[in-house]
Amino acid sequence: METNAYGFPLLSLIAYLPLLGAIAILFMKNEDKKAIMQAAFGVSIVTMLVSFLLIPGFDSGKADMQFMEKAEWIPSIGVSYATGIDGISLLLIILTTIISSIAIVSSFTAISDRIKEYYVAILFLETGMIGVFISLDFFLFYIFWEIMLVPMYFLIGIWGGGRRLYSAIKFFLYTLFGSLFMLLGILAVYFLNADPAIGTGQYTFSILELQKINLPMHPYQYWLFLAFFLGFAIKVPMFPFHTWLPDAHTDAPTAGSVILAGVLLKMGTYGFVRFCLPMFPAASHYFVPLMAGLALVGIVYGALVALAQKDVKRLVAYSSVSHLGFVMLGIFSLNTHGITGSILQMVNHGISTGALFLIVGMIYERRHTRLIADFGGLSNRMPIFAAFFAVSMFSSMGLPGLNGFVGEFLILVGAFEFNKIYAGIAVIGIILGAAYMLWLFQRMMFGPLDNPENQKLKDMNRREIAYMAPLVLFMFWIGLFPRPFIRVMEPAVAKIIQRLDAGKVALERGEISPVEEVKSDFKSQKLAARLDAAQKLED
Amino acid sequence: MEPTLPDIQLIAILPEMILAFLACALFAADSFVPKENKRQVGYFAIGALVLSGLSTIPLWGQEISTFSGMVSLDFYALFFKVVFLAISTIIILISGRYIEIERINMGEYYGLILFATVGMMFMPSATDLLSFYLSLELMSMSFYVLVAFMRKDPKSVEAGIKYFLTGVFASGVILYGIAFLYGASGTTNLNEIATFIATQEIGKSPSLIMSFVLLITGFGFKIAAVPFHMWAPDVYEGSPTPITAFLSAGSKAAAFSVMLRVLINGFGLSTGSWWPILWIVAVLTMTLGNLIAMTQTNMKRLLAYSSIAHAGYILMGLIAATQLGFAAILIYLVGYAFMTLGAFTLVILLCRTNHRGDQISDFRGLARTNPLIAATFILFALSLVGIPPTAGFVGKLFLFNAAIQGGFYWLSIIGILNSAISLYYYFKVVKAMYMEDPPDDLKLSFSPGMKVAVGFTAFVTLFLGLFPEPLIKAALTSVKIFL
Repeated sequence: METNAYGFPLLSLIAYLPLLGAIAILFMKNEDKKAIMQAAFGVSIVTMLVSFLLIPGFDSGKADMQFMEKAEWIPSIGVSYATGIDGISLLLIILTTIISSIAIVSSFTAISDRIKEYYVAILFLETGMIGVFISLDFFLFYIFWEIMLVPMYFLIGIWGGGRRLYSAIKFFLYTLFGSLFMLLGILAVYFLNADPAIGTGQYTFSILELQKINLPMHPYQYWLFLAFFLGFAIKVPMFPFHTWLPDAHTDAPTAGSVILAGVLLKMGTYGFVRFCLPMFPAASHYFVPLMAGLALVGIVYGALVALAQKDVKRLVAYSSVSHLGFVMLGIFSLNTHGITGSILQMVNHGISTGALFLIVGMIYERRHTRLIADFGGLSNRMPIFAAFFAVSMFSSMGLPGLNGFVGEFLILVGAFEFNKIYAGIAVIGIILGAAYMLWLFQRMMFGPLDNPENQKLKDMNRREIAYMAPLVLFMFWIGLFPRPFIRVMEPAVAKIIQRLDAGKVALERGEISPVEEVKSDFKSQKLAARLDAAQKLED
Repeated sequence: MEPTLPDIQLIAILPEMILAFLACALFAADSFVPKENKRQVGYFAIGALVLSGLSTIPLWGQEISTFSGMVSLDFYALFFKVVFLAISTIIILISGRYIEIERINMGEYYGLILFATVGMMFMPSATDLLSFYLSLELMSMSFYVLVAFMRKDPKSVEAGIKYFLTGVFASGVILYGIAFLYGASGTTNLNEIATFIATQEIGKSPSLIMSFVLLITGFGFKIAAVPFHMWAPDVYEGSPTPITAFLSAGSKAAAFSVMLRVLINGFGLSTGSWWPILWIVAVLTMTLGNLIAMTQTNMKRLLAYSSIAHAGYILMGLIAATQLGFAAILIYLVGYAFMTLGAFTLVILLCRTNHRGDQISDFRGLARTNPLIAATFILFALSLVGIPPTAGFVGKLFLFNAAIQGGFYWLSIIGILNSAISLYYYFKVVKAMYMEDPPDDLKLSFSPGMKVAVGFTAFVTLFLGLFPEPLIKAALTSVKIFL
């Protein structure tokens, strides 16, 4: 095991603390509601604080993985327990621990039924999310990737509203479907790497090893990219795989939506950055038109549909589709600006959309409705609420001075460098984004306060202010001083760009053939293998 | 010419001898045990299984072929023997309470389970068509009786008759296949058949083709592969639930264990020429099993169709026909045995006097009344779908591994689509447990044996998911005989 600044497996500690907490809570009595809440909150806060220890120990000048841990696990198929982080995962881990703590605090009054199971599920989920970001072995990665779905399924299905049962199983089925394709992709890479003619000749699931693989564009990169694409695109979700998202978001409890938007969606984009780009660089270049096209459709389509929503939560959900389109566009600009902006925007989206879902949750808790038409003129009754709402909204819109602006700006620069038309279409999305957000705010907060039920609304209490405050702080911090956030991921991004450039060279050198040819090529290879076997039989 | 006695090494069948002897003793002793103390007979049966298991210890590492090459003892055979002993032990643990509730509290029940186990244990050892057929029949005959054991319940009787008729028919088909094979090769010994087949062009010999098709058909019945699966749902539903579990976990594994011997040892399947026929069977089996399972409301029928689907997945390993593929079959069979036993155990828990408790709706609200039991069901369901960290995932990983390695991309894609579909119906049960309200009179029939069985199966399912290395090593060593 390699040592880190602290001399003990810090990453595993962070990952399993919530799990241990969840197990401890399992042994508490159902009736001790208060104690359960405090325990869950305590565990999440401790996890968050421990995860902050990563920051001083992290050397942001290095592109290599840090805080590495490695141990033998299943040697006969080359699986080891390996963890480590670079700047990209560092940001996302911190985001995860913060969002999880906030999700737990925000649930204190919102959830009154089956409290124990609820907090166990959230803590369990936290372990899964952190695990995904720290895994350096595909086997381990896949365990976390899949196990995450289970608590989320229960969060939506048990504590959700509306058509919760339908949304829960839809979410589970969609994402499982994608992950299984990814699993096939992983296995294929595993065998290709074990083929001495292509890879290192070793059977290993090590992500770092497999990232170094130089696959021929056809047929391997081409098909494997698509297999991984399915897994990640459903998770992101990219248009047209997004249909599970509005349902899941709308029907999930507030904390579920916050985690879903804040962290879970980032798994998909993280997957693209971490696996698709370095492992299939040539295919990444090859598929840019498709990827950017889908991203742009997602941006515009998500925004247009958001404009038409009557339910606040659904509106925010569709805004996620649009925002994640931006992230995807940045990634597939395949240049430093675009990718840096995308990663930053992942964090930003987690913060601002998380905040918006919390806002929706507060108003829903008070009024038990989320229809925009039921509100109006709330800013008079709830000034603090209005202020927080406004900041979150502006952050989501990308107003300069707030975090969203920095990310979107970088993405647009990246897209512009790559293709001016892409950037032009994306700008339409920004304008539409401003439109649906401002219109929403106007309809809910301004105008006459004519609904008598709204007259009695109470403003945000101290707990609510307390959990919104850190999010707002980050909005300003990233918006005004984004440098530390960008610097920490620079070396990791540079490394990916290096891989991508190599892939581009390979692609331009003409190591690429038309698709039809590939297909027949692929088939004839398989046929040859079979004929070989038949020949052997006859011998 | 003086007749010579063949050199027989009885040690090779020591575990079976012990078990068979004790099973006979159990029948004899049973008449002296009063009706209300039949649980003691169960304990005796467990003792017999444990004793037989202990007797395998000195046998590990040995390779013996005896009875003129009809029976061989090797790592492969021992691997399965231990698995069968474990399965039978769990079956007996979960039977005690059930047969009291269903008033079929008779000592013969245990005796027949032991005899079925003896048959199963001989199956992976069979290296001759005759010993293969005899052991298969010993197992099947015991099952015919066990399936119809609730003789006052029309469903059980129907199941018994159905199982008997289809089973006998399948045996007949197998026997017919054996006859063809014998006719062509002039021998019943698998190794000699292999030598013979190696010199032949199988495609040009009608009798070899016939024997292959007939054997596949017969095996298809035994493992409930489509289109020979029709019996399974009715038999699974009608049988006493522990016997259903036994069929699903034990009989299926046993049939696979001998199927590998016959097809790979005898026919030299590893040369990969037979895959198209198996490919079609596998795809049909998993797809049909999963699709029909989605519409089931009865738990036992649901698990029956799921069991059909799982046979389809397992066939993937046979199609790949590599060391990895065969090892995958073994790994999957072990994992599947434990997760399916666990799931059936929960069905039995719901069974009360005058209440069968085998509908999905009977699971409603279980998470509120018995959170721990509900949680173990999640584990089994995840494992059955193939979601980590469970035994089912490791098994599927290996099966897909083998398929991908062999270049069967479409097969693996169909396989994963099926896995995703299966989530829907397993989680229908989870949904009932967690998201619906319990009926007023929900009470589980616990017994110490049941608790041990639930705990043990859950533990193994999780353990094999997290630390599969020993199992993988054992499976890889076992299948070396095929290389």
